[in-house]
Amino acid sequence: MSQQTKKGHFPWKHIIGFLISIALTLVAFATALWTDWSSSTIFIIILIFAVIQAALQLVMFMHMTEGEDGGLISGNTLFGFFIAIVIIVGTYWLMTSGHMHMGMSM
Amino acid sequence: MAHDHNVNPNAPLEYQSEVGRLNITGFWTFLGAEIALFSTLFASYFALQSRVGDGPTSTEMFEAGLVMIMTMLLLTSSFTCGIAIHEMRANNVKGVIIWMIITLILGAGFIGYELYEFVHYVHEGVTLSTSAHWSIFFILLGTHGLHVSIGIGWIILLLIQLARRGLTPKTASKVFISSLYWHFLDVVWIFIFTCVYLMGMVS
Repeated sequence: MSQQTKKGHFPWKHIIGFLISIALTLVAFATALWTDWSSSTIFIIILIFAVIQAALQLVMFMHMTEGEDGGLISGNTLFGFFIAIVIIVGTYWLMTSGHMHMGMSM
Repeated sequence: MAHDHNVNPNAPLEYQSEVGRLNITGFWTFLGAEIALFSTLFASYFALQSRVGDGPTSTEMFEAGLVMIMTMLLLTSSFTCGIAIHEMRANNVKGVIIWMIITLILGAGFIGYELYEFVHYVHEGVTLSTSAHWSIFFILLGTHGLHVSIGIGWIILLLIQLARRGLTPKTASKVFISSLYWHFLDVVWIFIFTCVYLMGMVS
């Protein structure tokens, strides 16, 4: 049935992805708990690690860019993340700055 | 249903029928909606994070060891799920079932630790109504945990079907879709781990 059988093919891509994920997790953990940098510095650094790890999962484990619809799927997912960033940053900005003004007027 | 016969023998099994291929693309659209769903919960988390009221802070409650165990369980389950799909592309039904069962055991372990964590917090007097901070913590983590639990049930049913019908373009696309769901939950966890747990332990 399947012409693309790759019997005995060792899953290198998955193992490399897994090892990088573990490394990123441990480095993020060490950065957060064992450094005395400011919390905003730590946040930016470990957020970059998280984004790399998420991209790794999407591309290496979920085969996002593969197949006929790879372009469509990638575009859709990136748009999803764009919406997520707008919602999160927008809400945070609105709720924190709005609260300050409310406090001052009262 | 006529599209079912539209088979492209050069693609991996799950993409071979047009219905299977479109179902996979459709599921990615669903995942886009899931990204939006979790983004609203993260947005609420960031907005309410500092509102601890009279309750304890994250720093007082979180335990680094427990967090690492949960993270490693879910990360490893995502890896074994990937191996299951690798086995599927080698047309090995047994391999798919074995690796998926390992995935489910790791997932169940994750849920077990999460329940332990929640029960532990409740015993310490930290509940949904302690403060805005803990409300959104339980809602965000609970929504993720519920997704994992639903995933476990769904994949068990799929494995029963797979054992009965074997690997066909139809079952293969279903297994592939369930693997997308599982990996996605790990992607969400990466951000929970980073933004909720690690940042909660920093300050």
